[in-house]
Amino acid sequence: MNFQAIQGEGWLLTKAEQLINWGRSRSPWPFPYGTACCGIELMCALASGYDMARFGAERVAFTPRQCDVLIEAGTITKKMVPVLKRIYAQMAEPKWVIAVGACACTGGVFRTYSTQQGIGSVIPVDIYIPGCPPRPEGILYALLKLIDKIEADHPLYKKRQQVVEALEATK
Amino acid sequence: MSLKDRVTECLGTDLIELSEFRGDVCVEIPKDRVVEVMTKLKQEEGFDFLSDVFGVDNLDLYAAKAKKAKKKKKGEEEEEEPKKQGPPPPRFEVIYLLLSLSTNERLQVRVRVPEDDMDVPSVTGIWRSATWPEREAFDMYGFKFKGHPNLRRLLMWDEFEDHPLRKDYPLEGKGEERHLNYDTV
Repeated sequence: MNFQAIQGEGWLLTKAEQLINWGRSRSPWPFPYGTACCGIELMCALASGYDMARFGAERVAFTPRQCDVLIEAGTITKKMVPVLKRIYAQMAEPKWVIAVGACACTGGVFRTYSTQQGIGSVIPVDIYIPGCPPRPEGILYALLKLIDKIEADHPLYKKRQQVVEALEATK
Repeated sequence: MSLKDRVTECLGTDLIELSEFRGDVCVEIPKDRVVEVMTKLKQEEGFDFLSDVFGVDNLDLYAAKAKKAKKKKKGEEEEEEPKKQGPPPPRFEVIYLLLSLSTNERLQVRVRVPEDDMDVPSVTGIWRSATWPEREAFDMYGFKFKGHPNLRRLLMWDEFEDHPLRKDYPLEGKGEERHLNYDTV
């Protein structure tokens, strides 16, 4: 795509964005980061009964380099924080994060010296799921919400804004 | 012969205090005799399995006891300022839980550790299973187990400075954070 085509919100730009969002929203490959009991609910959501693959979360990636959605299910201790940060940094763009359960959202009942009080303070989180632990329906609902969010995204427009800002900065 | 009598006989002069609560026998031994006493208990009484090693911080307990004693004294005779009698009781305790696999008997062994001398002889030479519990007790309370082959922190990260299960450590911590530099690791 040349620069002319992404100048302004033209037909080509929006159609291309729709195409990209279509692809992204229908294949949110998860990275299961289960550190506590929420991980069991995540396994349940992935398995045949609830079957997260229906919504495109077909292939569970066990390397952060081949996934799109980091599903952080469970307590994150302060000892674990650098590892979580590194895994998030290893994921390729575009990437999203779902915080599953009370511990990942706020630290939950573990208001202690050893527990990170919510992963939102160390990595950007897109969807928070409350519950201790949330039911698999909750995880599926969060995935659907994330798909809505991906479909409402403007990846090319954002890129254009970045290019424009960079050009203006050089002037 | 009951366990109580056998342990009393086996320990002899090393026994400081023996108590029994609902069938659980608990003995207290001096800190510098740990290795000798434990070896004796293992070889003569057959306590061949070490279930756990952990610590106790009696800070609040002693503070409450001291306060209570002070109050009582004030009520009785008000003119005299209550004075401390002798050195304060040792703040920490190390507790060993022993199990005899052949007779299915359990024994609790306590060692009192004062705050200014945290050295405790390690029992890793007697039971290899003591390595991780001793590391955990070191991590949480700061006991220095002398003779331990690898006395590093077990639960908290290596750069962590405090001992979080001590009673004077705040529950929500002092704002410690772990940072890792992956380039050098």
